[in-house]
Amino acid sequence: MRYALLVLGGPYTHQAAHSALRFAHAAIARGHRVDTVFFYHDGVYNASHLAAPPQDEPHLVDAWRALHREHGTALQVCVAAALRRGVLDASEAERHGKTGASLESPFELTGLGQLLDVERTHERLLTFAP
Amino acid sequence: MSERAEAEHGDLLVVLRHAPHGSLWLREALDLALVGAAFGQSVSLLLMGDGVWALLAGQGQGPLGQKGTQSTFDMLEMYDIERLYVDASALASRGLAPDDLLLPVIPVDAARLPAVLAGHRQIFNF
Repeated sequence: MRYALLVLGGPYTHQAAHSALRFAHAAIARGHRVDTVFFYHDGVYNASHLAAPPQDEPHLVDAWRALHREHGTALQVCVAAALRRGVLDASEAERHGKTGASLESPFELTGLGQLLDVERTHERLLTFAP
Repeated sequence: MSERAEAEHGDLLVVLRHAPHGSLWLREALDLALVGAAFGQSVSLLLMGDGVWALLAGQGQGPLGQKGTQSTFDMLEMYDIERLYVDASALASRGLAPDDLLLPVIPVDAARLPAVLAGHRQIFNF
């Protein structure tokens, strides 16, 4: 099965992101594919590479990056939801006159239209919401 | 019955579970519904729980300075989003009736809810 995940919960404040990651690993371990994770609503905070959790806690941002590195999962972030929450890549930061960026590859800013494309091109799209 | 079953069929069902004002849940759910419709998908909405407050008539922008969502609901018809299902018990338990709402809705009781959910290819739960 070719899965996509929609994450609507911010890291740590809700279980949604933890559950989505655990589902991804469980699905892959059973021979399925998790080709795309789309971050929307407060889920966009999962893409902030400025996150610096205590070292003895799970590092969710790094865990998403590892998912991409090891399994090729695309990490797509809704640009409108991200901008209003201060999650910007270098080009958006420059465009808006900000001194720093908080999102970098392998996360990518994209539009909601992409989420609809993901919905049509994957066999299942599962939502993880608080 | 067959007519009704046909009416419950669509591509996307966006479930609204949060009241307007105070959070972005409703705004961002409606944004997805509009984009879906703009991409040619047939989109329905289902208002459950506190989501039924979203359709209460006479709303303004609210004191938080956010835009509010009434203007978005006013645009739904233009986007051909015409099926607005409402959890009838959520409406009743809040002392609301369909006449209190901005737009015509399809009240759904608990027994019919599974058919609404099953009648759509994809559910987005906000």
